[in-house]
Amino acid sequence: MHITVDRDLCCGSGNCVETVPDVFDQDSRDGMVLLRISQPPEHLREAVERAAQLCPVGAIEISHRNSTD
Amino acid sequence: MGEVASVDVTAFPAFPFIGSDDDPFIPVRDYDLKHLDESTGRIRLPFGGWAWLITKHEDVRQLLRHPGFSSDQYRPGFPVLNPIPPTREGASGLFIFMDGDAHSRFRRMLTAEFMIKNIRRIEPLIEETVNEALGRMREIGPPADLMNEFALPVPSMTICHLLGVPYSDHDFFQHHSRAIMDRNSGPAEVGAAMEALNGLLGDLITHKRTHPGEDLLSRLVTERVIPGELKEEELLSMAMLLLVAGHETTANMIGMSALALLEHPEHLDALREDPGLAPNLVEELLRYCTVVRTGLPRLALEDAVIGGREIKAGESVVAMLSMANRDESVFHDPEFFDPRRNEAHRHMAFGFGLHQCIGQPLARAELRIALVQLAKQFPGLRSETTLADVPKRHEAVTFGLGELPVTW
Ligand code: HEM
Ligand code: SF4
Repeated sequence: MHITVDRDLCCGSGNCVETVPDVFDQDSRDGMVLLRISQPPEHLREAVERAAQLCPVGAIEISHRNSTD
Repeated sequence: MGEVASVDVTAFPAFPFIGSDDDPFIPVRDYDLKHLDESTGRIRLPFGGWAWLITKHEDVRQLLRHPGFSSDQYRPGFPVLNPIPPTREGASGLFIFMDGDAHSRFRRMLTAEFMIKNIRRIEPLIEETVNEALGRMREIGPPADLMNEFALPVPSMTICHLLGVPYSDHDFFQHHSRAIMDRNSGPAEVGAAMEALNGLLGDLITHKRTHPGEDLLSRLVTERVIPGELKEEELLSMAMLLLVAGHETTANMIGMSALALLEHPEHLDALREDPGLAPNLVEELLRYCTVVRTGLPRLALEDAVIGGREIKAGESVVAMLSMANRDESVFHDPEFFDPRRNEAHRHMAFGFGLHQCIGQPLARAELRIALVQLAKQFPGLRSETTLADVPKRHEAVTFGLGELPVTW
């Protein structure tokens, strides 16, 4: 699983940080999303998918391609 | 040919809907639902014209994320739900009513302030505020009015802490912010209270230029106003927005939550035993109560398709959060209050899209702390009122209780 975030779209709601603090963070300067890890372990998949669904602006993209290829 | 241009609005149900008088947890009466069916989802607006009412969870998501809809109440044709001042004077920082770059310019100055990690820092102050209010309630009663002693003071004190209003001004702030949302205040009293708060916050902003502290107003004065990026009047108007958007909503959520828990004492007991239940309980309460009952109005700037329905540029829509939060395709048995439901977090009580509530981490912290302490410190809490008798604020901007008499 590979995640990308669009900081231009992000409106700093913090939902992703609330949902998976191990993966998402907010920049202390502007409150916009930051990734702690872009290839989170498989056991976080469900939580990451939930974060993407809850993002109010659709700024979180999960690509399902195998990260080892 | 499709729809004809002239529409007879008299057959459409009048909006905003008045919820059930028998039960504050029923957001829309069957009577209105039936009429809505007959009008194919169109409503009659309070100041003339009509709008599409968007009620399904997925459609509300689509609408509130769509870039073709405006939040700008001052655009001609905007579906205004509450009377608004005739000019933008004093509204220069009310970014909740702005679109595009104007909106994000202001919002981006505040997002870091409301980050979860910064809210954690003021949690001890929230706890102190909650404990003080509960202490006073215990002195006064039993019985006591939980709205007056607890639900109303906690959010306004919290905003004082956030903005950096000094303790000596808390009573003044509290008094006037309460007058703004008192249903017995006439327009003149509301105007006078707004004026008084404007004066207080204006003086405070001037003071913080030379005496900055560790608070939101000080940081914005130092980092934005002094370098010339933000006008003082814009900051003042933003501060008023935070007060207005964060006080009544949170107060009504605390009151409705307390009532929901008194109706379901087994969940109040469970919370007392295990405060770890609070986060999911709060999400379910946000869903179940949905205090922004009038929904969110928007104006279409371009043709769009929402939920398969064609909406033309110039037409109005209202995103009906309370009905989306009871959409059975997302929430199993939606009329049922279930603090353990695992889809509770999918509610849209804070809206969706670019304007989604910026204060949500703060609101969640307030609700969590308020309810846990209420459960702990008042183990014998009960109310003799009934769902039918408890006074309801149907006409207010955010729905809530006029009073919640409790004893212990
Ligand atoms: C449980 C309590 C609360 C509820 C239910 C609530 C609900 C909402 C909703 C539905 C919106 C979206 C409005 C729209 O899209 O037009 C909103 C926006 C907003 N809320 Fe809250 N709110 C709450 C607490 C707070 C608090 C505590 C604050 C701050 C102190 C706050 C500040 C704001 C602001 C500034 C906006 C405008 C955001 C923007 O336009 O980008 N709210 N709120
Ligand atoms: S949920 Fe979306 S909008 Fe909110 S902080 Fe995360 S990426 Fe940004």
